[in-house]
Amino acid sequence: MSAASNGRTATRERVTTWTGQGIPRKEDDRLVQGEGSFIDDMGMQGQGYAWFVRSPHAHARIVSIDVSPALALDGVYAVLTGEEAKSMCQEPFFRIAPGAASHIEEWPLAVGKVRYQGDAVAVVLADTRENARDAAELIEIEYDPLPAVVDGVEAAESSAPILHEEAGTNVAWNGVFNYGDIDWALENADHVVKIDRLHFHRFSSTPIEAAGAVVDWDVGSGVVTIHTNHQMPMFAAMFMGPTLGVPINKFSFSSRDIGGAFGTKIGFYPQLAALALLSKKAGRPVKWTEYRTENLLSSTHGNERTFLDIEVPVMADGTILGFKTRAYDDVGAYLHYEPLGGVIWSQVLPGCYKLKHIKVDYSATLTNKCPVSPNRGYSRMQHLWLIERIVDTVARELGFDPIELRKLNFVQPEDYPYETPNGCVYDSGDLPRSLDMALELVEADYWRARQKELGKGKGKRIGIGVGSTLDSGTNNFGQARIINPELPFSGNGEAAIAKLDLYGEVNVNLGTSPQGQGHETTAAQVAADILNVSPDKVTVSIGFEQANNSYIGFSGTYASQFAVTGLGAVMGAAQKLRDEILEVGAYALGLSKDEVELSDGVCVSKNDPSKSIPFIGIANLVYTNNAVLTPELREKVSLTCRYVYTPPFQVPDTDRKWGNLTLTYASQIHACVVEVDEETGEVKILAYAAVDDCGRRINPAIVEGQVHGAAGLGIAAALYESFDYDEDGQLMQPSFYEYHVGTALDIPHIRTSYIESPSPFTPNGAKGMGEGGGGALHAVCNAIQDTLDKDDAIVYDSHNSWERVYDLLKSGERQAPRGVSVLSRVSGS
Amino acid sequence: MITQSATQAIEVTINGKTYRRVVESRQLLVHFIRDTLGLTGTHIGCDTGSCGACSIIMNGKLVKSCMLLAPQADGAVIETVEGLAHDGELSALQESFRDHHGLQCGYCTPGMLMAATYLLRNNPSPSEEEIRRGIKGNICRCTGYVNIVRSIKAVADGAQLDMGDGVAKEV
Repeated sequence: MSAASNGRTATRERVTTWTGQGIPRKEDDRLVQGEGSFIDDMGMQGQGYAWFVRSPHAHARIVSIDVSPALALDGVYAVLTGEEAKSMCQEPFFRIAPGAASHIEEWPLAVGKVRYQGDAVAVVLADTRENARDAAELIEIEYDPLPAVVDGVEAAESSAPILHEEAGTNVAWNGVFNYGDIDWALENADHVVKIDRLHFHRFSSTPIEAAGAVVDWDVGSGVVTIHTNHQMPMFAAMFMGPTLGVPINKFSFSSRDIGGAFGTKIGFYPQLAALALLSKKAGRPVKWTEYRTENLLSSTHGNERTFLDIEVPVMADGTILGFKTRAYDDVGAYLHYEPLGGVIWSQVLPGCYKLKHIKVDYSATLTNKCPVSPNRGYSRMQHLWLIERIVDTVARELGFDPIELRKLNFVQPEDYPYETPNGCVYDSGDLPRSLDMALELVEADYWRARQKELGKGKGKRIGIGVGSTLDSGTNNFGQARIINPELPFSGNGEAAIAKLDLYGEVNVNLGTSPQGQGHETTAAQVAADILNVSPDKVTVSIGFEQANNSYIGFSGTYASQFAVTGLGAVMGAAQKLRDEILEVGAYALGLSKDEVELSDGVCVSKNDPSKSIPFIGIANLVYTNNAVLTPELREKVSLTCRYVYTPPFQVPDTDRKWGNLTLTYASQIHACVVEVDEETGEVKILAYAAVDDCGRRINPAIVEGQVHGAAGLGIAAALYESFDYDEDGQLMQPSFYEYHVGTALDIPHIRTSYIESPSPFTPNGAKGMGEGGGGALHAVCNAIQDTLDKDDAIVYDSHNSWERVYDLLKSGERQAPRGVSVLSRVSGS
Repeated sequence: MITQSATQAIEVTINGKTYRRVVESRQLLVHFIRDTLGLTGTHIGCDTGSCGACSIIMNGKLVKSCMLLAPQADGAVIETVEGLAHDGELSALQESFRDHHGLQCGYCTPGMLMAATYLLRNNPSPSEEEIRRGIKGNICRCTGYVNIVRSIKAVADGAQLDMGDGVAKEV
């Protein structure tokens, strides 16, 4: 199969259904003209500009803060410190963690101590950005530096400095996930492959628009207005409300266009709370635009995870029975969404494979580093990378072909719905076929021949690697109870309103806050099919407005779910609206409801097309002419239809850590060909392909774009992007000079194709997608592995700079520890 | 300590319209364009000249407007994204980005369009490699660049170039 057409059509010609068409996006006319409304484009009358004062130390006691020199500067409106902010709050932020970590107190600004370089100590408000920044520099803060811990494994040791004394430990959460009988498997397997250590590095998808907000605490009404690019604003409201003493209905959150987020715009609610208090204190609106260094130091990093003592039982035929490991997740200095990452990975417990016996002893540890929160592929990609490294290492050590080994161990097409050892249900897919397609797309046979021709020792080597991955979507928030059984969370959902406006205009609004995913377009496609109009005639409100849009507690744009939850809600709302229009139309035409239908904005008799009433006429009857309707119809019809889609979840069994944790499982197979320079360790990608299976595609062009994007970020993370701290806790990459974001020269052309295995569990057959499951990290690492000699070390890190690859290339010569060993009970394989 | 209140009068022509303003000497050109003039299509992404979200064409050259002070633009002729469409007609590149899904969040798009406009003005038929070199100073996090390259290539291959001339027009 060749690269599939993405189904785009240049013009919106009449088609059977709008769903499934790659039509150009509704968003784009404004965005290509620079007419989007991003957060720094917003402002309010009388606003001041906020600037956060951040700690230069990774760990220190705050001895004193003198704000008077700042206040003496012309144009400075107010300064807020941590102690004062705390005094204005009702309680610390809500804590997800149970046990010792439940005692951790986090306030909008640091109180008493700073715990990472970039921890916010105070915030200044002034008449201009420049004056706010000048004033911030004048604040005199005396610190008493403390030893820092910057390694997630060391943080768990008793000798490590404690970040939060009230918890008495840096272990924020620990849980043992144990399924099947790994001890039996290890005792009875023909081979046991042991890997000492694998490390998934710290990086972030760094959206080009950093965080920001315009906040106004109106003392008269008590309403706190927050324009922001937070991607889950009502989640932020739930965290901020009890701390600030503000009821949810006194917040007024809104967003318009958001310049990328990738999960990293979930964690900044402490900043929003500090800005609200600053506004309250200063009596004027506050505008804050995060600058890039601030973003890299303090906004959000992705989870860094170390896996120790990995043991993998394997049978002589290549059947992998499972694995065990100890995992340490370095979550940074505060728990902003964590320790939920401690269970999220278990949505994909066995990866793409029929592994039966799995034991993971998982700890989330606090370190003197930037707090983590979700980042594209959140928590699952770390685990999937582990599994892909396991599979490739087993193949290499035992002499199996990595492709055939995958096919042998894959969940097979006939196995769906497939229940994993922890009760998750994989809905559909065809992994072997996807793998074949990816290999063909990347022209693996050609490159395999080239690789043999070139060999080793001639300056360049070729490596071919694949990554098999899952993009689990639509969380069951009941999994939070596996972390903390006291949490009152379960299920999931999204809300939408479909409305006929006063002159018959069709409007849809959503609880989501998209950041480039094209919700206006796909929501319009789905509603257009149900209401039988062109998507051009469906207006989908831009962004989110708390006052106007419908929402539930889970609303937002995150975690690969819009195609299911968001569009499920749009479908439900549009169907209700359709019913109401048909009902009013039938009454107006003197027909019964089953004698009329909708066609291009008109309700028309099925038998006599001359009998019809346009949507404007329907709207007139309901909104401005309702005395002509029957009392029953007036009672029944509002033309404003809300629907909440909820997936069919149950509460997981927290004792067994067992249950269906996500509704859908999109899969992706990535294939990568690299060229490695033997002299320098430089890695160049020669060919790249990804095959996606996300069930029914609502808009194939948007799906393909998401595949490209996730692959691009993964490639950049694997080769170029890493956050490293020195031993004192100083971030070594505090700007885009040092943090090398992948450019158009770094990211290769990405070939794509697809399979559509509809999900049997969703209203439209679609699966959530977009995160990509870190497929590129798996494929790039496996391709680098393929360039190494048998006596070289294994690829042990998800980030492979030139230096690291060079070290790997020379590791055999140096007789460096290989990081892997095999115990065999049978000879050969 | 920086001295406040040092100011300077400047005259800048942007998208054919001439603006005369008194600015703080230390004001960045991008803040002048966005905050003082309200032309918010030009974006800010990094503060270090690394991301290209603030790219504009100044006196015929592609520049990053966060790397210049407003007074350095005194007398300059500048083009920003707001000047690409004429009389409601999108430029060929704008249309192509829309038709080839060359943008997702749209935040890097104005800078990317300016870089692509500059590229095609100087090299109407670039190879894929030349396109990638032409936009290497502009970071996109959403698209993996695939559809951006496609969008630019389609215009280069399509011989429907209407890149404007960058010359100030009377207002």
